[in-house]
Amino acid sequence: MTRPPDDDFRASEDIELAKSQDDIEQAPLAPGAAPPPSMHFASRFSGWPSVIAPILTTVLAFFMGGLVVALTGKNPFKVYNAIFNGTGLNWFFHVGSYSARVPFGTTHMWFPWNTASVAAQNLQQTLLLTTPIILTGLAVAFAFRCGMFNIGGQGQYLVGTIFAVWLGSSFLNMSPWLHVPLVLVVGALAGAAYAGMAGILKATVGAHEVISTIMLNWTAVWVGEYLFGQGGPLIGSQPSIPISHDIAEGAKLPVIWGLKLLQGLSIGIFISIAMLFVYWLIINRTTLGFEVRAVGFNPEAARYGGISVARNYFLAMAISGSFAGLAGALDITGWEYHIGQNDIPASQIGFIGIAAALLGRNTALGVGFASLLFGALINGTSGRQLDPSIFRPDLAGNLTTIIQGLVILFVGLNLTGLFIALRRRLGRKSA
Amino acid sequence: MSVVGTPIRGIRWRHPKTVGIVGIILGVLAFWTALPPLATRTAVLPLALGILAVAAGIWAWSRDQRRIGGGAVAAGALGIVFGLLATRSSTAHLDQVVVWSALGAATLRYATPLTFAAIGGLFCERSGVINIALEGMLLTGAFFGILGAIWAHGWAGNSAWIVGIVTAMLAGMVMAAIHAVWAIQFKVDQIISGTAINFLAVGITGYLFIDKYGDTGTPGNVTDYGIPDIHISFLQNWYFIGPIIGQLNLMIWISFLLLIGTYFFVFRTPYGLRLRSVGEHPRAADTVGISVYKIRYIAVISSGAIAAMGGAYLSLGFVHSFNENMTAGTGFIGLAALIFGKWRPFPTYMAALLFGFSSALADRLPSAYGNQWGTLFQALPYVLTLVAVAGVIGRSIGPAAAGRPYVKQ
Repeated sequence: MTRPPDDDFRASEDIELAKSQDDIEQAPLAPGAAPPPSMHFASRFSGWPSVIAPILTTVLAFFMGGLVVALTGKNPFKVYNAIFNGTGLNWFFHVGSYSARVPFGTTHMWFPWNTASVAAQNLQQTLLLTTPIILTGLAVAFAFRCGMFNIGGQGQYLVGTIFAVWLGSSFLNMSPWLHVPLVLVVGALAGAAYAGMAGILKATVGAHEVISTIMLNWTAVWVGEYLFGQGGPLIGSQPSIPISHDIAEGAKLPVIWGLKLLQGLSIGIFISIAMLFVYWLIINRTTLGFEVRAVGFNPEAARYGGISVARNYFLAMAISGSFAGLAGALDITGWEYHIGQNDIPASQIGFIGIAAALLGRNTALGVGFASLLFGALINGTSGRQLDPSIFRPDLAGNLTTIIQGLVILFVGLNLTGLFIALRRRLGRKSA
Repeated sequence: MSVVGTPIRGIRWRHPKTVGIVGIILGVLAFWTALPPLATRTAVLPLALGILAVAAGIWAWSRDQRRIGGGAVAAGALGIVFGLLATRSSTAHLDQVVVWSALGAATLRYATPLTFAAIGGLFCERSGVINIALEGMLLTGAFFGILGAIWAHGWAGNSAWIVGIVTAMLAGMVMAAIHAVWAIQFKVDQIISGTAINFLAVGITGYLFIDKYGDTGTPGNVTDYGIPDIHISFLQNWYFIGPIIGQLNLMIWISFLLLIGTYFFVFRTPYGLRLRSVGEHPRAADTVGISVYKIRYIAVISSGAIAAMGGAYLSLGFVHSFNENMTAGTGFIGLAALIFGKWRPFPTYMAALLFGFSSALADRLPSAYGNQWGTLFQALPYVLTLVAVAGVIGRSIGPAAAGRPYVKQ
């Protein structure tokens, strides 16, 4: 899987790969030059093709998911409607005159939406799920920008949760102002170190990052099962129940919307959104981001231009991992507060990040919206939200996985390109 | 090389390679002497043997046999650690865990799905298409295998498992065909389409399973028409070997045949040469008139069929039921075995046996020691593969063109 350096057609194919991965930010063409074939569509509809392809992908994936539902004898429209109502996104449609409590205060103020309705609670859950998906999405996206596929977001996320639980339940009397940042920073650093291993392997011996991150994923799963299983070192006060201690009150993030007991929305979502901005900043406004992108476009050319490819491979993986590790720490401090042994193999947040990054085309804004889509989808299909008389939640959970798979499948295709090619072929026939 | 040692009865004893192999054997012995039936209680023996193994490894390493030398150092170090651990735990516990015949049989049972997955992957990756979708193909085979067998039970009676295996292979081929079209025709990144297949397999099998058997689970009578065990009566009383291979599932024997067949096909026939050439240098293969696309299609689709057979073994021959996402990483261990075995059939099988052994050990440890340490053995395949790709015990380098779509000129 490693590429021998003396290969003759390496450079040209790497350019092609980079182009197909990242055709949003193509360099502007020299005046008068003919656009390459892949840019035909872009030049015709300047601006919005980068939006239309993901939307087309999503629609197609949902359509085919609906087909599966219809083939097994259920009404897909009813199912999708029930899922949508479970997401809480319908909250925005019920505009009225309500009062809402100001966060961290006791005063109330006028607000156009009802902040205490069932839909509001559903939306809190959706946003809680969106929080880590944004970050695991960024973890995949950042590595992509450097030409690497970080499939190990799940492992890095798990390492983040493990360290967050460990530190969160350790210093019981620490000030929240110290404890929360400590847990978050250490969670992120743990993720960075874990992904950094794959980065070092890639940079020094050329080990394929996909293989090493897959192996790190499963290593994290089994180490987690060991730590939180019966008799494990991080298990809670009852040795027969494989669940860790709850983290200290001081390590829990403040809840800004809803009740802490009912899993209200914590400030974690703002940290995630801030990280979207940080990602954009690093990629587009720093030397590091420039180097990372240069290596992603063409490592040979970057090396020739004096950029250390090995250093950037390592840094890109480490930064990737810190996003995913932070996701794990935010989940623990935001609403989970503890880990059960069963949660570890069941968790899918890191893998959903792959779909979010691909659908969001590795841009900050795109990852944000794609994460909201997947967060809503997972929440809407969860057993807590979906009415079992319309559609079984365990069926719906699998429908979510199917839709994710379809999104990844179609996002790889140049759908708009295929559309153009199809139209051209049809046009030739009719002419 | 020929200067170093003169052959004595065919073996060059002072050749670094031989010394390295002897080192590996010594490392294994360091652990083995501390286990039943020998079960020495002194720490001296594993220490001495382990140190000898490490010394032999370093000697071989310094004489340019890095892979084998590194292996001997690792074997010696592990032999010392595990040997000392074993001498410190009670003999009763050791006897309970280390029942060689039961461990051997369990190793074969755990290694079989890995073998099918890895050999499926071997065909695919030798043709130049990375296959991280083995997990999904295995899961597809597991579900559709049991589905087909249950469906056929009405008219095929107790041989419904044959229909099950066939449906599993067909379903695996469909999954692999998607991967093939995406990777070969559309030239999509092979990791992306593989990831998509893994998602789809979990979703589709889970959806259909809940839809059909959600309330009750798969029927309990699958045991009756599952893949049968082969009883070899005259073997059963043989010392050690009898209990291991006297009563093995049919699929385990098929995996042996598949392994040997794969070796001859890939390395001893012109078709195998074409397969390998397409994976190493597709342009050269194309130049001499080999259809790169055709060979890649055949290789990817047959990899789906083979991996799905491993899945059918899991559901129809091993646990006799299906559960959502029941493979739980087995396909990835198969991929790990393939990489650890450097994309060659017999080393891959050795890796599968090693990983199967660690699973078997992980199964038996908790019953004796009642703690969680067994769980960590489940991580061993992944850690070893990391070590293998890191190049500590010789680098694992795959087919040169793996992962890159071929564009015809």
